[in-house]
Amino acid sequence: MGRNAALPDGYDRFRATGDTTPDDTGCGVLHVDMDAFFAAVELRTRPELADRPVVVAGAGPRSVVLSANYPARRYGVRSAMPVGAARRLCPQAVYLPPTRGLYSEVSRGVLAIFRELTPLVEPLSLDEAFLDVSGALRRLGTTPAGVGALIRRRVAAEHGITCSVGVASVKFVAKLASGMAKPDGMLVVPAARTLEFLHPLPVSALWGVGRKTEENLRRHGLDTIADVARTPLERLRRALGTALGEHLHALAHGRDERPVVPDSEEKSLGAERTFDVDQHDRAFLNRELLRLSERVAASLRAKGLRGRTVSIKVRFADFRTITRARTLFAATDVARDIHGTAVALLDEAAPTAAVRLIGVRVEGLSGEDEGEQLSFDAPAGSGGAPRWREAEVAADVARSKFGAAAVRPASLLSPDEG
Amino acid sequence: MKIRVERDGLADAVAWVARSLPSRPPVPVLGGVLLDAGAEGGSDALTVSGFDYEVSATVGVPATIADGGRTLVSGRLLADITKALPAQPVEIAVDGARASITCGNARFSLPTMPVEDYPQLPAQPELAGEVTGEAFAQAVSQVAVAAGKDDTLPMLTGMRLEITGSTLTLVATDRFRLAMREFSWQPAEGLGDAAVLAPARTLADAAKSLGAGGGTVRVGLASGDGLLGLAGSGRYTTTRLLDAEFPPYRQLLPSDHTSRAVLQVSALAEAIKRVSLVAERGTQVRLEFADGSLRLSAGGDDEGSAEEELPVDYQGEPVTIAFNPGYLVDGLGALHADRAELTFTTPNRPALIKPADDNGDVVPGYLYLLMPVRLPG
Repeated sequence: MGRNAALPDGYDRFRATGDTTPDDTGCGVLHVDMDAFFAAVELRTRPELADRPVVVAGAGPRSVVLSANYPARRYGVRSAMPVGAARRLCPQAVYLPPTRGLYSEVSRGVLAIFRELTPLVEPLSLDEAFLDVSGALRRLGTTPAGVGALIRRRVAAEHGITCSVGVASVKFVAKLASGMAKPDGMLVVPAARTLEFLHPLPVSALWGVGRKTEENLRRHGLDTIADVARTPLERLRRALGTALGEHLHALAHGRDERPVVPDSEEKSLGAERTFDVDQHDRAFLNRELLRLSERVAASLRAKGLRGRTVSIKVRFADFRTITRARTLFAATDVARDIHGTAVALLDEAAPTAAVRLIGVRVEGLSGEDEGEQLSFDAPAGSGGAPRWREAEVAADVARSKFGAAAVRPASLLSPDEG
Repeated sequence: MKIRVERDGLADAVAWVARSLPSRPPVPVLGGVLLDAGAEGGSDALTVSGFDYEVSATVGVPATIADGGRTLVSGRLLADITKALPAQPVEIAVDGARASITCGNARFSLPTMPVEDYPQLPAQPELAGEVTGEAFAQAVSQVAVAAGKDDTLPMLTGMRLEITGSTLTLVATDRFRLAMREFSWQPAEGLGDAAVLAPARTLADAAKSLGAGGGTVRVGLASGDGLLGLAGSGRYTTTRLLDAEFPPYRQLLPSDHTSRAVLQVSALAEAIKRVSLVAERGTQVRLEFADGSLRLSAGGDDEGSAEEELPVDYQGEPVTIAFNPGYLVDGLGALHADRAELTFTTPNRPALIKPADDNGDVVPGYLYLLMPVRLPG
């Protein structure tokens, strides 16, 4: 997602244009970010709307803005903003419903372009990815900025959308650069000028600095990245804690050791739901957790995965959002286990509260090739205690034959079904 | 209230009582310790107590009492202060809403909390039986190792105490392993058979601190009130029993086996710890039994692998069975024996671990039942 901010004074010198490109020696990391992705994809079939404000959002009263094109952003419309707020800011915008499946299809096509150029592609979401191109330059016969320009040309030509690229020597600088290049631009931060690029920026630009940390830094008189870089490490540790202090100290000096990790493996699987009206009713919420747990468990089983950590996400009526997680003794792909943990987490975190959104996620995934801790309630090949996993697997089979509604826990039947 | 008390006795008493206090009390008074000077029939003793509706702890300390009385102060703070005091007599005086503590040249003044808001401590339940403190502490620790730590399944965080005549049986399970200890004790006269479920962690803490003083531990039961009491070495505790059904565990105990191995406990435990260094958290260690040798291995191509071979006295077909290394080491450590007998049938059925003597014969009284890890494929 872009930040859509005008480039700060003087930063034009980092912009790569057709004529001039800053020195990109040693800048092996690219961050590529699609511009207003969902909106741009929709506009391919509605080119007449291109100059008008366009917002992609669901139709429900609680829907949020999924994507807004740049004309809409000029009115202050932003991703993740409630649709109602967007309509107040920009009533004249064209509001389009999202097209199911379309964005992941385009995303796969774009990722395929990246992977032709380098195997080291780390997708962050549907619309952005890190690439490490340092090993591919000789084969491609170009420089990192050359790869960036090639990507921008090919994405536009083959998919009809634009993207922005940040080229730098480390990940977080590349990501900052792509944000500042938006829309439809490329910024190259020469390795030797990384600090010159970083230091005038506000501390909030540092990876890992949210609102709380920013306030904390400002209380200590640290407004810019240069201020953080000048602060002795010991003082940062004391002010922010050891881990965060060391992290920000390294970043402020342009150090970010994270490699680009090509990852096709999923790290977690989750499902969530926003309610049309805030929900107090605990029984209702528990049923919703069951529905979500069923969905997560079924997709775990479909992918041959199990997870050890169950987490819930709760957004309250006042938009305060919490996540709580618990690690199980053994990895699971069983909805009953996931649901039991999710309900316990909800009871502890928010015994009574009005809930706007609720989500269930399973993390710490491992494949079925990793061995499964057996338990007394389900010893292999025994009868006796209920074997939930087998029941759920049987339901998977039924659903694959008869559709998603074929088999559900009785508590998920509505009263008029029977 | 105005009293004088020896520093060491006071510090020990307060530290012990404060340990059972909740770290985040739901209301402030429950984070307090109650100091009660001479209210018990005017004896020259200070009683230190704590209670959070789940656990109570009470201990007496000899004291010179100038003025009797009761006061309630923050347990954590009092524990920290008494621990840090110099080795000199301590004077505690309460004046209005503040308590002062003077020791040598050090002087503290603490706010007190209203004693009348403090809950009535439960009476010590009726005596059920006696056992030497050391034996009790060991038995409880041997069983507590298998108790669940996950509060979402309360019955699995408990330890079942079964009283059958002069036999006391302790059992705990977290669904993946089960530990059981049987031993004889001195039941109180006229006591009927009984079975209760107590929080395993609380019981283990109490048994350890009461057993450390030598002497005997008196176990009291008030099943009607849902209370278990332990007393020994001048310390008294009560714990609220868990109101949950313990799983029918006896049907889990295997009646036969097809493989039997006798192993050196420390050699095996050390080898498991070494080999499992390459096993990522929660993954298994594989045990390949063959005539005369046991090959341990863990890990794979991605994360590195390790193996080690040990001599073993083994009867049965060659077989590979895998376990969570942590669970296996827990069980071996709980045996309190130099040698162990391991029996099982197939790689997906539970294995039974028991202590063995130098001849390889089982020492009765303890067992650790462990579910294996099912290997892929």
